[in-house]
Amino acid sequence: MRLTAKILKKPITSALLAIVCGFLVAAIVLAAAHYNPWQAFGALFSGMFARPKYISNVIIKATPIILTGLSVAFAFKTSLFNIGAEGQYIVSAMVVTMLGVKLNLPAVIQIPVLMVAGIAAGGIWGGFVGLLKAKFGIHEVITSIMLNWIAFYLSNYIVNLPAFHQPNSTGTYPINQSGYIVLLPNWKTSPQGIASLEKAPWLKEIMLKTDVNFGFIIALVMAVLIWFLLSRTSKGFELCAVGYNKDAAEFAGINVNKNLFDAMLISGALSGLAGAVAVMGTNPHNISTLAAFENNGFNGLSVAFIAGGSPIGCIFAGLLFGGFLYGGQTVQSEVGAPSEIINIMMGTIVFFMALTKVVQVFADKLAKGSAAHAE
Amino acid sequence: MEVSSKYAVQMHGIVKTFGSFCALDHVDLDVKKGTVHALLGENGAGKSTMMNILYGLYQADSGKIYINGNEARIKDPSAAIRHGIGMVHQHFMLVENFTVLQNVILGSEVTNRFGVLNMKKARDKVEKIAEQYGFDVDLDAKIEDISVGMQQRVEILKALYRGVDILILDEPTAVLTPQEISELMDIMKSLVKSGKTIILITHKLKEIQQSSDACTIIRRGKLIDTVKPQEVDEEALAAKMVGHPVRLVVEKTPAKPKGVVLEIDHLCVKDKRGLDAVKDLSLKIHRGEIFGIAGVDGNGQEELVNAITCLSRAESGTIKINGQEIQNTTLQNVIGHKISTIPEDRQRRGLVLNFSCEKNMVLEKYKSSPFSRHGILQDGEIKDYTKKLVGDYDIRPAGCGPMQVRSLSGGNQQKLIIAREISNEPDLLIAVQPTRGLDVGAIEYVHKMLVRERDEGKAVLLISLELDEILSVADTIGVIYDGSINGTFSQDQADEKTIGLLMAGGKQNAVNS
Repeated sequence: MRLTAKILKKPITSALLAIVCGFLVAAIVLAAAHYNPWQAFGALFSGMFARPKYISNVIIKATPIILTGLSVAFAFKTSLFNIGAEGQYIVSAMVVTMLGVKLNLPAVIQIPVLMVAGIAAGGIWGGFVGLLKAKFGIHEVITSIMLNWIAFYLSNYIVNLPAFHQPNSTGTYPINQSGYIVLLPNWKTSPQGIASLEKAPWLKEIMLKTDVNFGFIIALVMAVLIWFLLSRTSKGFELCAVGYNKDAAEFAGINVNKNLFDAMLISGALSGLAGAVAVMGTNPHNISTLAAFENNGFNGLSVAFIAGGSPIGCIFAGLLFGGFLYGGQTVQSEVGAPSEIINIMMGTIVFFMALTKVVQVFADKLAKGSAAHAE
Repeated sequence: MEVSSKYAVQMHGIVKTFGSFCALDHVDLDVKKGTVHALLGENGAGKSTMMNILYGLYQADSGKIYINGNEARIKDPSAAIRHGIGMVHQHFMLVENFTVLQNVILGSEVTNRFGVLNMKKARDKVEKIAEQYGFDVDLDAKIEDISVGMQQRVEILKALYRGVDILILDEPTAVLTPQEISELMDIMKSLVKSGKTIILITHKLKEIQQSSDACTIIRRGKLIDTVKPQEVDEEALAAKMVGHPVRLVVEKTPAKPKGVVLEIDHLCVKDKRGLDAVKDLSLKIHRGEIFGIAGVDGNGQEELVNAITCLSRAESGTIKINGQEIQNTTLQNVIGHKISTIPEDRQRRGLVLNFSCEKNMVLEKYKSSPFSRHGILQDGEIKDYTKKLVGDYDIRPAGCGPMQVRSLSGGNQQKLIIAREISNEPDLLIAVQPTRGLDVGAIEYVHKMLVRERDEGKAVLLISLELDEILSVADTIGVIYDGSINGTFSQDQADEKTIGLLMAGGKQNAVNS
């Protein structure tokens, strides 16, 4: 009993329980719509794991939402709700595309320039929100949502400028190849490359059929860095103190407004990095006219929630979400069930994560019960 | 003791455990009808648990409860109310934007057959009760507009409206000013006179002596004794409560003041609403002196401290520390000038409750060596430092370093703040209500620390609403009224009556001549 209580108290347990609930609810919905849940889930998992290229694509799909998830989780630690990750992502993707099309420097310069530009764009977009909050006390949710729409229409305006718009398409020209962060782009299509890859068919499939890129490694490094920043540095100490108790932080001589600004700046920069990685790492290496939000930022909200605000947890939550998004396409193609079922599952998981407290209370009761029993 | 209808409440052999922790171990309580019965104990002794069992919020593991001589099973608060038991909690349960009348009748409204409110009838009933017990409350005032003392009366009125005969008051004076306390005492007397029984949960000895007919002392979940308060002195009560002799009188040698540390000259500060709160206030505090500011809450104390710590703007006047002006700079600058503050609201201003004790211990110093190097926290240093202070200041539990500070008791939270602030080695230590909500043992400790700092040549500014505390701890006493100091005394000249008059706005000359 005590062991059960202990296990229940682990944050990971509530995440797993929430995921199980997500599947249960999805099964009920599928059954109600006369689809076989087992078949659908089978399709989902085979769509995620059946072939090496699927796994690779899951990781690629997960990369930007791990980063936007980190962005949201980081802001959350400082008690800020960064619903503006979407706009920060869009602005960054837009700036990276503009520069990437117009500049053509050697890759060693081009890549850092684009990356920094994307980070800066997202950082400015987020920092502006922080500035408004620090200076005028305007709630970050309101300004973030407005800035999301500004980013949306600004991006669409840029896409249709003659300087960037690729004729007969809905998007811009792709960025110059020197800005790609794809793994060995020239080697893998060269005769020697193909010859070497023949020896390992799974590797060949991954390398040639998917956009294997450095983005995932960047996301992993960032997750560790953010964890380190928050838990091991004096800056993280300040940010968390302000997040947990502004009044006490102020009274201890910590500059509250500066930390609010810094938190939004860093959070925005992380979402900006997500946008940069997406454009530089995956086809078609450009941006297109948006009919609606693509949810790269909003999905980050779900990822951060499922991760319980833990930076390292964002990696796994992002992979889970990426897997569902990618595998969900198979559900539609093989079982015929609409891929929106994935949204239902994700929504349910986030909902049950919010109920985590109940699990904790239950665990406390269990611990008490077993203690009474022992006597 | 035998069960009899002479007693309003009898609780026999009450046992209650939480997990492996035994909160109450065979505790008995017999409360005679028509008396005020005090339940005395330190924080965490089990007195609130005992009353929560009586009120049906908890169930006892074993033991019996008799109401008016009949065994009663109280499974929830509504059963308690049916048995005529009412409880006024320390934190009021009122709807802020409802009127007094609406709050009183909430949950047992007078309605006609169709469920429509009959406010007239309800008002008559409430007015009658208020008149009977001498309550002076405006039934149409909104809760958010009335004072804390009034709100408490509304809570009592609520209980009486429900026909309660036995009233439990949980730490009722913790939030009241001295005047409001004496008004509450009067109300309690009139309630008892009309046959009600009151159980008073408290750790304030003086109140027990003033108000109670009997006093039951609980220590660490065990019944210690039931005494007549008038027959024992305060120190004996305190010793029973904490389990060892307590010196209620603060022991100290006469002050030997030296150079001026803090000099405030013609200071004016506005409050949050933009009204003048501190008006032309001047004072001087020397090394080796405890300067106590006595006054009723809301006479500018908060704004004065905010101005010294640069959280509020000084409109005019100067604040000098060791001869240097610090007004309207930053709090960082103030801390740099060796001013440390024990804030009034320890949970809001003093601690980050979600942080560990270790992190709270370095809340002001995390950035400086040796606690951080090149921006990276040195966990080992922080841990050792905390361990040392936890030992030096006897913060319990001894291994609390990595625990969340939230899980410490109020007294130990306060000790942590004191340890942190004193270890800054300040020239001026500001202590605002440093013993609020603490029990006797912890209060003794805090006072000892303040005197020790004084003896080490620090200047101490003590601001408290408890006049007793000021009178016994401070070397120099200034009375604040309406934003300025209207009388200054040395400790041996000060008498309670004169200061009480000044606190209420009297003139010093009129008193002296």
